[in-house]
Amino acid sequence: MANVIARAVAGVQDWVNYRAPGMMPAYRKHLSEYWAPKNFNLWYYFGSLALLVLVNQIVTGIFLTMQFKPSAAEAFASVEYIMRDVEWGWLVRYMHSTGASLFFIVVYLHMFRGLMYGSYQKPRELVWLLGMLIYLVLMAEAFMGYVLPWGQMSFWGAKVIISLFGAIPVVGDTLVEWIMGDYLPSDATLNRFFALHVVALPLVLLLLVVLHLFALHEVGSNNPDGVEIKKNKDASGKPLDGIAFHPYYTVKDLFGASFFMLIAAFIIFFEPTVGGLFLEPDNFLPADRLVTPAHIKPVWYYTPYYAMLRVVPSKLGGVCVMFGAIALLFFVPWLDKSKVKSVRYRGWLTKIMLALLAVCFVWLGKIGAGPGTDPVETQIGRVLTFLYFAFFITMPVWSKLDKTKPVPERVTMHD
Amino acid sequence: MTKLNLTKLGLAAVLALGAAAPALANEGGMPPANTKVGNIPAVQRGARLYFNYCIGCHSLKYMMYSRMADDLGLSEDQVRANLSVPGAKIGDYVRSTMPAEGAQAWFGKAPPDLSLEARAKGPDWIYNYLKSFYIDPARPVGWNNTVFPGASMPNVLWELQGVQHAEFAAAKPGEDARVEKLVLAQPGRQSAQEFDETARDITTFLQYVGEPAALQREKLGVWVVLYLAFFTLIAYALKKEFWKDVH
Repeated sequence: MANVIARAVAGVQDWVNYRAPGMMPAYRKHLSEYWAPKNFNLWYYFGSLALLVLVNQIVTGIFLTMQFKPSAAEAFASVEYIMRDVEWGWLVRYMHSTGASLFFIVVYLHMFRGLMYGSYQKPRELVWLLGMLIYLVLMAEAFMGYVLPWGQMSFWGAKVIISLFGAIPVVGDTLVEWIMGDYLPSDATLNRFFALHVVALPLVLLLLVVLHLFALHEVGSNNPDGVEIKKNKDASGKPLDGIAFHPYYTVKDLFGASFFMLIAAFIIFFEPTVGGLFLEPDNFLPADRLVTPAHIKPVWYYTPYYAMLRVVPSKLGGVCVMFGAIALLFFVPWLDKSKVKSVRYRGWLTKIMLALLAVCFVWLGKIGAGPGTDPVETQIGRVLTFLYFAFFITMPVWSKLDKTKPVPERVTMHD
Repeated sequence: MTKLNLTKLGLAAVLALGAAAPALANEGGMPPANTKVGNIPAVQRGARLYFNYCIGCHSLKYMMYSRMADDLGLSEDQVRANLSVPGAKIGDYVRSTMPAEGAQAWFGKAPPDLSLEARAKGPDWIYNYLKSFYIDPARPVGWNNTVFPGASMPNVLWELQGVQHAEFAAAKPGEDARVEKLVLAQPGRQSAQEFDETARDITTFLQYVGEPAALQREKLGVWVVLYLAFFTLIAYALKKEFWKDVH
């Protein structure tokens, strides 16, 4: 019996290989003979977790699309219909809404990992750039998704964010009208955001993710020691510190994925709004253009940038600062002048600067989520914004100044 | 050493973000409602109160009678007899008995649908709102509310709660007098504790109506979490086994 099955499998394999000879080499290149450094630590789970969340968003999104009505008159009620009257609709919706926030948590940690271990340094600049494009598209994708339930925060958030384009001189107002297809967020806006959210941006996102991985697999993964494992190979050309991605990292990531899903399940089943952070209370009120909510604020993952926008006194200035804060990230591979990749072999200056960046980002996020009425907080926000920019703009200086330790030839510890 | 520090730093950042969540949620600083949506008898009592006192004005347009019957463990006949409005069918959504045109004219603003009130305002808000009505001849309906000043709604529960009067603190120059506390001027059919229960039951019912799936969600969640915890252990053992030959 086993013999029959083995023969059948081999037969199918031969049949496919004959017709698609490139498939097995691709499988080897990207999985069974993709040599990943054996010293990945906790921080290296977030890449595969981001992929997992992306798949979750696409699958749950498809099911939501089956019941959601992309019109200003029906959207809000259709979401409630999904939450109440569609079998398992509540679960699918919570998986999607929780997934959106978890996506950003995972991506922020993934990005910080890159900063810590210098994963953007030569020859991985392209990997970083494609990753940054993914982040940019992801922000647009999440913003449009948030508009779809057509609650109060959907409407007013959309109004505030789209009107930022009005700060652009000369064409600003025309641009705002063009984006919304109306003078206010309306049926036309919702309908086009739906098209972009479910078709256009996911396609772009998927393409970019594939390119991000291809670019990575050309140069190979960095690691916590910042050692190039390709420098030390055995006779067959396999890096001495490399192990096959499949099965070693597929089983390791399986463990990471199941632990991550455990946390996600806690949120989805026991606290899906996360105290108003993942799903905001005001968004349970239908959009009403005549009633402005007391505090209009975006979801938590945009609040660091939103805080920067608010603490700058001029509108155009605020918009420039906000977009500048994101744009700067693209230049990191060329701002870092250090010869050493990993923070492990760099001095205290790098460590302090990285810690400072993390503190600025989280604290700004907290300020951006608040009402923004406290003048002291506004001053703190200005200092934090200044420090955030200082991190990047002075990077060529401090990364060069900082003392380094000798980088070992081979990777150090692993589990 | 370095690795440990930075891992901790990252985790600290995540924790700080998590710690900000409850701080954002509890902005009002009101006495807590202490409701538990899984307390079905409380939801049933709240439903009964709602259909006696509230349904005249406030619809629950996303709530289906049949769903309510299933979730509260009631038969169709029980729902029809106790928790329904005349002419409603079991497959209908819960509509109020007030004609929409009249509502606008009588109150200046149609009374809102309360399907999602508990999600938008939170149970604490509803609980305290129900308890904070006081007589105010200056208002069109004769009532005002400290939790929602200028509310157009009269205290429909006054025969249970009694009638409260406001005691004002001395007004600062240039400001309106601030309500310092509410005192019961005329007792109702219920004691203060009993009325707290009444307000809590209505709040629990509205919390249920805000998210009927909450009942299934938590019950199912226990099993999902247990399964995933078990699966995580297996996956860990599998990883250990595979990684034995990595040196």
